[in-house]
Amino acid sequence: MSTISETQSSANPVTNLFRGRLWRHLSQRKSALVGLAVVLFMVFVAVFAPLLAPYDPTAQSWTAVRKAPSAAHWFGTDEAGRDMLSRIIWGARASLLAGLTSVGIAMAIGVPLGLAAGFLGGLVDGFISRFTDAMLACPFLILAIALAAFLGPNLTNAMLAIGITATPFFIRLTRGQVLSIKGEDYVEAARAVGNPRWRVAVRHVLPNILPQLMVQATLTIATAIIAEASMSFLGLGLQPPAPSWGSMLNSAQRFLSNAPWMALWPGIAIFATVLSFNLLGDGLRDALDPRSR
Amino acid sequence: MPTLIARRLAQLVPTVLLLSVIIFSLQHLLPGDPALVLAGENPDEATLAAIRAQYHLDQPLIVQYLYWLKGVATGDLGESMRHNRPVLDLILLKLPVTLQLAVMGIGIALVVGITAGIISALRQNSAVDYATNIASLAGISVPNFWLGILLILFFSVHLGWLPASGFVSPSEDLGMNLATTIMPAFVLGIGIAGVIMRHTRGAMLQALSSDYVRTARAKGLNERSVVLKHAMRNALTPIITLGALEFGALLSGAVLTEQIFTIPGFGKLIVDAVFTRDYPVVQGVVLVTSLFYIILNLLADIGYILVNPRLRG
Repeated sequence: MSTISETQSSANPVTNLFRGRLWRHLSQRKSALVGLAVVLFMVFVAVFAPLLAPYDPTAQSWTAVRKAPSAAHWFGTDEAGRDMLSRIIWGARASLLAGLTSVGIAMAIGVPLGLAAGFLGGLVDGFISRFTDAMLACPFLILAIALAAFLGPNLTNAMLAIGITATPFFIRLTRGQVLSIKGEDYVEAARAVGNPRWRVAVRHVLPNILPQLMVQATLTIATAIIAEASMSFLGLGLQPPAPSWGSMLNSAQRFLSNAPWMALWPGIAIFATVLSFNLLGDGLRDALDPRSR
Repeated sequence: MPTLIARRLAQLVPTVLLLSVIIFSLQHLLPGDPALVLAGENPDEATLAAIRAQYHLDQPLIVQYLYWLKGVATGDLGESMRHNRPVLDLILLKLPVTLQLAVMGIGIALVVGITAGIISALRQNSAVDYATNIASLAGISVPNFWLGILLILFFSVHLGWLPASGFVSPSEDLGMNLATTIMPAFVLGIGIAGVIMRHTRGAMLQALSSDYVRTARAKGLNERSVVLKHAMRNALTPIITLGALEFGALLSGAVLTEQIFTIPGFGKLIVDAVFTRDYPVVQGVVLVTSLFYIILNLLADIGYILVNPRLRG
């Protein structure tokens, strides 16, 4: 899992964002632009899946079982005669939904805890930090699988499990960023005029660490998409016949010798999406970190 | 130095305790009465009462935790509900298989990652550098279960060179052992190789622009000596530490890899346990992998202290 430096400088990042400097720096990195383009394409596909998919993704056709790619079925069909292209298009929904929701859960829990740890210090910081260390000691996928196993196998629980497992990344990052800027003049000034601590944290500190959180969120979405696909592959995510890239790969395993296309398209879809989020995250990090330019 | 190591050990105590709380709490995520799950189908009230007494489920939560912790401390991770044998026995039976894969995987990752990282740093901003960077990001982004499927498709189905699945113990037939483990080890190692490559490249670039390398060049040393004796030696110290940490991550990767290649290791144990609702095994595997990771982390820290003269005191 990629993480960004806790002590990364945040030289006027918010101003940079609003003045379009972020875009200027990002647009100089071709790989990041490619990443952004593919991510936007995937979002488009996921949103307009009902209009784009040529067939019903769950409609079975026993006369078209495991047909190779053709004019009628561009990506071929699967073991139940379902159109692979339609399932890939609808699968984008599950993957992006899982990525975004898991990261949303991780941020909703992790950012406030990180703010509290960094801002309050003392026992609160000690407890939250040790708890974070303990969570990080559990290998990511093993903890997510264990959580999903106890919660029950379905997409909602998989997203919840991935979100909880990814929470420590955001606690650690937020805490580190808060520690690095809480001594800045503008934060001291906000406290000196009598603002309560929660207000200083939310109104003055949080906006200034948003760029770093944005980078981490982009990279964590990539991790979450792979985790969701892995869990669906194992049967712990979206349940068949609903289309999910991970479960499509699971079915494909049984027909490798006579229907290899079944394994090709879902894998390419996961790989392209994850690579794009990683390229975009790398580009954002470089654009937001003055030291890397 | 002993003070540093002692301090590092002391920091571990609360982490390990909190970890134990997290893992203990897992079973309480189960909807309903855990005794019903443990008892199997259609249990009578007497069986349920016996199970509640056996697992102390009739006691307050804190007491249940203390009993569980005491068991863990004495090596009792509970009994597998499916295999009817101690969880620790099962884990110890499967662990060597996964360890072999992990050792081979980290070996591949270190060789590929360090070589690519050094080449990339020496050819900074060249086509080779860009290609290596993209390849490393691709290695990190590729789902290892898909890579495994592609390798099976090519080397087993298409070429027929390697067995698609199964495992042969090295004591039985070393050649077959290598044939059954090389693809899964490659799949495990390639993602880590991407991470190691990126760190090696960064560390080498930093070392190559440092004063001591500039001095070595000014003294008239040839470039080979500058790179191998001066830059590389310093740049690789943190990479070896990183390798130790990534070894823990390999255990996560093993879950899927063992499933694809039907290798009877640690990863397959947890997946099978999930589907047979063998919760003590799930808990046991999470606990052992986490402790393994903590110990590796500690060894990496101690190793770093030992090789870094500024920390030796």
